[in-house]
Amino acid sequence: MDGTPLAANRGAPDFALHSTPDQRVSLREFRGNPLILAFYPADWSPVCGDQMVLYNEILPEFRRYSAALLGISVDGAWCHLAFARDRKLAFPLLADFEPKGEVARRFGVYREAEGICERALFVIDGEGIIRWSYVSPIGVNPGAEGILKALDAISAKART
Amino acid sequence: MSQRKRPDAVELAVPVADDDHVIGPASAPVTLVEYGDFECPHCGAAHPIVKALLERLGAEIRFVFRNFPIASIHPHATHAAEAAEAAGAQGRFWEMHDVLFENQTALQDTDLVAYAKQVGVERAQFVRGLSGHAYAARVREHFMGGVRSGVNGTPTFFINGLRHDDSFDLPTLAKAIQRAAE
Repeated sequence: MDGTPLAANRGAPDFALHSTPDQRVSLREFRGNPLILAFYPADWSPVCGDQMVLYNEILPEFRRYSAALLGISVDGAWCHLAFARDRKLAFPLLADFEPKGEVARRFGVYREAEGICERALFVIDGEGIIRWSYVSPIGVNPGAEGILKALDAISAKART
Repeated sequence: MSQRKRPDAVELAVPVADDDHVIGPASAPVTLVEYGDFECPHCGAAHPIVKALLERLGAEIRFVFRNFPIASIHPHATHAAEAAEAAGAQGRFWEMHDVLFENQTALQDTDLVAYAKQVGVERAQFVRGLSGHAYAARVREHFMGGVRSGVNGTPTFFINGLRHDDSFDLPTLAKAIQRAAE
């Protein structure tokens, strides 16, 4: 039994991970606007059903909510770089590489036996509070409808 | 990889409407909606399967096609989708849809214009619509409706409004449709 995924209405643990071989990204930088964290098992999964490629197409919609998107897997920064170039991804992929899976563990979505993270989504509001989380069966691309609903709820709350 | 059926079945968020591209009668017991990409090889593989189903089931099925171009990996898919819509504006959507799926590796703009001519679309109006991106908003509307419905790749099928989370080979799809009809 691996960790329990962090549920809604609690603070997201901070982290700083490499987005490229010489740049690091921390959770704190995104305060003030919603943030989508998409943990996924590995770069280079089959093409047409690829979750990161799908999210890349939906980026303009996420931006309408002023939301940023970060993909996270245990792949290294160089691997991410090649993958992002190949698929023309326009958002950062973070390397949860050293210590391996540390951030996934903190979010309760690391699979010890396989050494990869779950296919897990977290939507975090501008105050750093997790507003929605979801763990998909590892082989099923969860799509984006849950993310958009969570962003809808955050923006509805911000208006009241 | 075949997908497990989730206990919370994913529902089509955008009901079939008058402005959809439809084959078959509204009275058909089963409606099959496909979200597809003309440059996606899996959609290309699904094309003859859907054709066979429509032939086999006749008035027992209504088929709807909506665009879901994944442009990051299929650079010609968005323009191909717009071309299908442009042909649709002249009443030739399905003819264009078929030609595009039969020629997935040749989808440059010059190819699109040639296919339009082949299916009997008036050239000047077609070219104007395509180069002016007259149908881009429509294609994006299809795409975002798909996202809201839980489309997670192409092709994604919905049978009577529920996402089909299984293989789209002919026996599997036929069985799922038969179950929905009962």
